[in-house]
Amino acid sequence: MYSFEPDEEQRMLIEAVERYATNDLRTAAHDADEAGELPVELIEKGWGLGVLQASIPEAYGGFGDRSAVTGVLAAEAMGWGDLASALAVMLPATYAMPVLLGGTEEQKTRWLPPVIEAEWKPYVAAFIEPSFDFYAGDMRTTAKKNGDVYLLNGEKAYVPFAETAEAFLIYAVVDGQTQAFIVPAGAEGLTIGEREKLMGIGALPTYQVKMDDLLVPLESKLGGEQGFDFSPVLASTQVAIAALAVGVSKAALDYALPYAKEREVWGVPIAQKQAIAFMLAEMATEVEAIRLLVWEAAWMLDVGKEASKEAYMALNGASDMAMTVTDQAVQVLGGHGYIREHPVELWMRNGRGISTFAGLAMV
Amino acid sequence: MISFEMPESIRKTAVLMETIADNMMRPVARYFDEHEHEIPWDYINFMHEAMKQMGVGSITPKEGKKKRKGPRLGFQRQAFMLEMLSWGDSGLFLCTPGGGLGSATVLAAGTPEQKERFLSCHTGDKPTFDAMALTEPHAGSAMPAEVRTTAVRDGDEWVLNGEKIFVTAGHKALVDSDGFVVIWATIDPAAGRAGVRPFVVEAGTPGCTVTKLEHKLGIRASDTVSIVLQDCRVPFENLMGSPEVKKKKTKGFKGAMATFDATRPLIAAMAVGVARAALESVKQMLEEHEIGIRYGLPRSRLTNIEREIIDMETMLRSTWLLTIKAMWLADERKPNTIEASMCKVRAGDLVVKVTQRAVEIMGPLGYSREYLLEKWFRDAKINDLYEGTGQINRLIVARRILDYSRHELS
Ligand SMILES: Cc1cc2nc3c(=O)[nH]c(=O)nc-3n(C[C@H](O)[C@H](O)[C@H](O)COP(=O)(O)OP(=O)(O)OC[C@H]3O[C@@H](n4cnc5c(N)ncnc54)[C@H](O)[C@@H]3O)c2cc1C
Repeated sequence: MYSFEPDEEQRMLIEAVERYATNDLRTAAHDADEAGELPVELIEKGWGLGVLQASIPEAYGGFGDRSAVTGVLAAEAMGWGDLASALAVMLPATYAMPVLLGGTEEQKTRWLPPVIEAEWKPYVAAFIEPSFDFYAGDMRTTAKKNGDVYLLNGEKAYVPFAETAEAFLIYAVVDGQTQAFIVPAGAEGLTIGEREKLMGIGALPTYQVKMDDLLVPLESKLGGEQGFDFSPVLASTQVAIAALAVGVSKAALDYALPYAKEREVWGVPIAQKQAIAFMLAEMATEVEAIRLLVWEAAWMLDVGKEASKEAYMALNGASDMAMTVTDQAVQVLGGHGYIREHPVELWMRNGRGISTFAGLAMV
Repeated sequence: MISFEMPESIRKTAVLMETIADNMMRPVARYFDEHEHEIPWDYINFMHEAMKQMGVGSITPKEGKKKRKGPRLGFQRQAFMLEMLSWGDSGLFLCTPGGGLGSATVLAAGTPEQKERFLSCHTGDKPTFDAMALTEPHAGSAMPAEVRTTAVRDGDEWVLNGEKIFVTAGHKALVDSDGFVVIWATIDPAAGRAGVRPFVVEAGTPGCTVTKLEHKLGIRASDTVSIVLQDCRVPFENLMGSPEVKKKKTKGFKGAMATFDATRPLIAAMAVGVARAALESVKQMLEEHEIGIRYGLPRSRLTNIEREIIDMETMLRSTWLLTIKAMWLADERKPNTIEASMCKVRAGDLVVKVTQRAVEIMGPLGYSREYLLEKWFRDAKINDLYEGTGQINRLIVARRILDYSRHELS
């Protein structure tokens, strides 16, 4: 049966995340972006909502089972508040979720509880690489087996909190396959570069990271000897980013709409002009349509269907939606939309990043 | 619980429809495009028999008398059927007997007795059709507010006068079968929209004449006609809704709107069917030239063709999901006006864009009448026009989200 209604538990979670997004993220977003820094308490409060903890089984320190659908519902609500903060709050999932999905029993028992049972700490993933044609299925970072270790070489970018990270999950190619390795902070051969300067998500500190003959013991390879299946992990990050994009776009619509009813030209609200009203209608339609695409891909992950294509298309649709809708929001506000006092220009900067952000969140 | 599981019973229906589309529609699609106004009786008779055997006299969902097991699926099932049959051929689909827009209006606005009476014509031995006539020469989008066709009460009859245009299947309903047409007329011209009501006019009623058969860009298998009503008398009970015009109340008018909440997603479903046909065809033609689509790659590594196809598929899937949601809401008896218009807007955009691109991508082949792509391009456009143009449905969405009345946003 088709159904488009979140269940009771999901509704409660959404409400809690929405409250946090409205009261905490929204109020902090502007200053955080300007300062290039997120208040720790803000992140900790978000972590305290327990979105990730609720999707990790008790055996590994959590209190529930993973549901990608619940994950995307929470991600949308958080993305609505502020993308940079949402990425920070959800950051440990980029480390924990691949471990949950692809780790051996021993790895899960060893690596998950320290993340899940503690307060928020930067457990991070090094996924994206600094090349224009970066493709997760064909990374340039390599891992070569050398006796009883792997040697990692390559460069990563957009690694959040790398400077203060507890540990990294580094993706690298092994025999043509994308694999991942757990690497503790301060490992020899791992160099953290300068903090990156990005167009958006300015409050999220990100870094380039270099691997130069970085030695990784065999048992730190995710999934053990035979490795892990990358495709569900990739799908998971694609739907997560797509869900965040839905949140960002919805935020832009929710801001532009009342503004359009307030702002008058020639004595009537601009919303009464079709040029504006139609834009708003298109924004709303787009958000609703892409949201369903994201939900469907997440649902497929939950019921164990092959979801690679759907997750890819969800992110494909979401990145176009985010760009179009945030741009339209700026347009609705006119020149005022260009001024940093209004949040729409930030959402437009963030929106453009969606197509690049796969790897920065997981559900 | 959010779920995208296609119900088994709908899956079975869809498979059946696909067989019909493949065998009864695709092979004759070109022929009926080139022989406008010729009636596809083979398809019609086949569908009539098939639906009798399936135990459905009409493809319009009925208020089941039987106790339901599980959730209502009627509208969702219908969306899947229409999508698939339009994938077969949307012109031929519009010739399907057993209930069209006329039935939809009766279902939305009629009493149980009226439903019983008017829809029973579809359960006979011979295939019958129905139609819905709202548009008039002077106004389409402005309907129903601008209805000029009048209905004047005369004892236990209504006397209708006026002209309707662009009536889909009007010829089949009135001339080629013993069907009916729902005529929107005003019982009180001074009352504006509040005075507008749907009336059932059955085939053979004196004073109701089909006066013109249109020649069209596409969906040529489907007849589109003008109907003139000249002192056309129908029984009093053929009025649906209240015979009174209450001040400040637009109840009779709401019947029309209820119809559109049900039918707009169906047009969206049809649009999606045509878009899917075009997209699948392009992919297949490319495959024959050993060009596959490499899903998963970033845009920077895709060819232009791949990118176009992936973007169109993305748009198609999201539009389809929106359509299913609108129909799911209808089945759940929840308000769906906004979703109905949203999916109609997007489906209109989708099918126009996809078919335009399909012809462009396939170049000289796309433009050639050897293939169906150019036909789908012509068929597509109607979906952005009838049941509210893209603009009108944008207006509806905009009014709803802005909480504006017609006066505040028109
Ligand atoms: C093949 C075919 C089958 C049809 N079948 C049926 C049928 O079965 N029954 C029936 O009743 N009708 C039917 N129609 C009629 C159809 O619904 C109308 O053509 C349609 O509603 C548009 O009306 P119009 O043609 O008068 O265009 P107009 O209303 O004159 O519109 C012209 C243009 O102006 C735009 N426009 C109008 N109002 C506004 C506004 N307020 N704001 C912005 N833009 C606006 C429209 O979007 C359009 O682009 C059919 C039409 C065709 C072509």
